[in-house]
Amino acid sequence: MQLARVIGNVVCTVKDTSLYGHKLLFLQPLNPTRESVGHRLVAVDSVGAGVGEEVFFVRGREASFPFFPDKVATDANVVGIVDQWSHEPGPSER
Amino acid sequence: MQLARVTGAVVSTQKQENLRGAKLLLVQPVDANGRAHGVAVLAVDAAQAGTGDHVLLVLEGRAAATAVHRRGAPVDAAVVGIIDEVS
Repeated sequence: MQLARVIGNVVCTVKDTSLYGHKLLFLQPLNPTRESVGHRLVAVDSVGAGVGEEVFFVRGREASFPFFPDKVATDANVVGIVDQWSHEPGPSER
Repeated sequence: MQLARVTGAVVSTQKQENLRGAKLLLVQPVDANGRAHGVAVLAVDAAQAGTGDHVLLVLEGRAAATAVHRRGAPVDAAVVGIIDEVS
């Protein structure tokens, strides 16, 4: 999983039927010091997250597991809203 | 599996129900000399690891879900061991 900030909503009228009813969020992945890292991406939402919140998301096949037995055509899913995190980097990580 | 170092823990009240009760760690992949490489990831803890520990990290969904005894949990990374030494 990875940390991210929700930076927007994505609206898609025409989409695969398996995605009907699923909210799409635009995410900016973050590193533990809250800096933006990597490419922005679109993920489905399974926890009711909104713009501005810090969340974590799962990538890959596991992204569709929260909707089991439904199969949802997604490769990223927001599976938690973060309250807080601690971070104590080692000497080589600063 | 990869070598990694636990740099912190994440608190999340509102999470997907299959993740309820799981401990979430911030983990930085490192090389054999302890130098960081790549992006820090969030992993579920299956080894009672804590901040500062050098650990064994799996980055694959089925292995991670097996480690935390949750089939169908939406996880793609897990800490599965605490490393004593690498020679």
